[in-house]
Amino acid sequence: MGIPYSYSLRNLWTRRLTTVLTASGMGLVVFVFAATLMLAEGLQQTLVQTGSSDNVVVIRKASNSEVQSGVERDQAALIESQPEVAIGADGNELLAKELVVLINLKKRGSNNPANVVIRGIAAASLDLRPAVHLKVGRLPRPGSAEVIAGESIARRFQGCGLGETLRFGMRDWRVVGIFDAGSTGFSSEIWGDCDQMMQAFRRQVYSSVLFRMKDPGRFDPFKARIESDPRLTVEAKRETRYYLDQSEAMANFLRILGMVLTVVFSIGAVIGATITMYAAVANRVGEIGTLRALGFQRVSILGAFLLEALLLGLCGGVLGVVAASFLQFITISTMNWASFSELAFSFTLTFGIFWKSLVFSLVMGFIGGMLPAVRAARLSIVSALRES
Amino acid sequence: MSASPDAIVSIRNLSKSYRRGNQVLPVLTGISFDIARGEFVALMGPSGSGKSTLLNLIAGIDSADSGSIKVAGVEITGLSENELARWRAHSVGFIFQFYNLIPVLTAFENVELPLLLTSLSRRERREHVEAVLSVVGLADRMDHYPSQLSGGQQQRVAIARAVVTDPEILVADEPTGDLDRASAEEILKLMDRLVHELGKTIIMVTHDPRAAEKAHLIRHLEKGELSES
Repeated sequence: MGIPYSYSLRNLWTRRLTTVLTASGMGLVVFVFAATLMLAEGLQQTLVQTGSSDNVVVIRKASNSEVQSGVERDQAALIESQPEVAIGADGNELLAKELVVLINLKKRGSNNPANVVIRGIAAASLDLRPAVHLKVGRLPRPGSAEVIAGESIARRFQGCGLGETLRFGMRDWRVVGIFDAGSTGFSSEIWGDCDQMMQAFRRQVYSSVLFRMKDPGRFDPFKARIESDPRLTVEAKRETRYYLDQSEAMANFLRILGMVLTVVFSIGAVIGATITMYAAVANRVGEIGTLRALGFQRVSILGAFLLEALLLGLCGGVLGVVAASFLQFITISTMNWASFSELAFSFTLTFGIFWKSLVFSLVMGFIGGMLPAVRAARLSIVSALRES
Repeated sequence: MSASPDAIVSIRNLSKSYRRGNQVLPVLTGISFDIARGEFVALMGPSGSGKSTLLNLIAGIDSADSGSIKVAGVEITGLSENELARWRAHSVGFIFQFYNLIPVLTAFENVELPLLLTSLSRRERREHVEAVLSVVGLADRMDHYPSQLSGGQQQRVAIARAVVTDPEILVADEPTGDLDRASAEEILKLMDRLVHELGKTIIMVTHDPRAAEKAHLIRHLEKGELSES
């Protein structure tokens, strides 16, 4: 048996001010580390939750998003006639030919403009997206210049509140309803009648065709068939895959940015931990000499000081993760680079991020404590006792 | 000179020098002597005479340049560092001038420390610790931290720690050097009890003639050489 764990733990408690200060430094780094991972996770979850695995999005080949896509009317009709399309309770196909256009709207308060997605919807659009439901007001009447706005858009953009009027496509549009789309990307969209939108924006083609599959297990043969059909220049993706692809680049960017930042910051925190642990060794030279004289081996001393540094790192980790967990209450918005539109999402803490942050803090503690622990273990017993 | 049959410590031709830059400073030069089992020996001498060095060598925390040290039949000069650590854990009890208790551990935990290096169970360790703390009269202080104890009490805890593994020898470096007269007297009485009642062998370095009076034998060290009085 080695030196008791309580020795390391109580030494941290004895010099609690130094412990708290050093752990806070490490906690800040863990906070940044966890926050960027939470940001990437929040973005990804928002976009992935936007999709449903039963739904299929059909867009023009090689276009990464609906914004860049164009599906000709005759091609859309051909897709509509495919046997895989599910039929709704009303006897109609659960399929929506939609238009996606970006417009520029001013934010409330700051007057800063940002891109917003306008989606021209069909009758089945709401049925295809169970996460979306009308919160207040009513749905736009077909053939009228009426729109409904996602909750986060209504809150943050001028003219998007219930009863307000927006101007785009050289027409005025009345907001007749606000819809709640949970934490999906639709919260950041404005929806109106597709035919009205196509006229207003002078578009001849749809952006995408969205439909529910009768049997989701038959997606692969369907995809193979329509992508090899010479009459069609489209590609089919499961809706979840489509949104995951959209989020990947941004999420990766956030993760890499987070890693670079935390690596730079962690150098400072590790140096802080090293200084603290060197001071701890210097203050306890006599104790080290005594423990060695009593028969504890160098490796026990090394272990006790490393454990102390690991506990210090863990304190920092817990501080950082607890602080970062409060970020979950914050919703932020940024440009979704895949659709070039505004996207609102929250920081999301997952179990994976939680343990990665703790492991990261332990690694910082380990690196910071290594040199001081080696110094403690290498002390000669006689000179250590003489210094006490 | 051959070792006497009842010697627990047998030292032959022991030499030790320190190096300061290019200069070699001899501290002990060819010392030979025996300490019998159950003996209380005081090592005296002026500062720098090598008495603490001799004590450290006997306790196995310093290494000699040449010569032999046998403790209870074990030739310790040939042991590796790890073997020495294991040997110290069960063969040597240390009593220091400044007690050298671990401040973050209670009296009980301080005394238990050397037992963590044995194969005793938790229950057996508790029994041993409680027994020795009773011997030194601190059974009611076992949950106190060193800072909550007086100097004399701390030294008694240190003595309990030194004897808890029932070691072959006890080495004491100025055990009364940091204590007032009354506490020093108590500690010396306790050490005397350890020798007479428990048959312990004590080797003590001291400057204090009153402490040395308690010893059976006083050895003087001067300029690295030993004389008996």
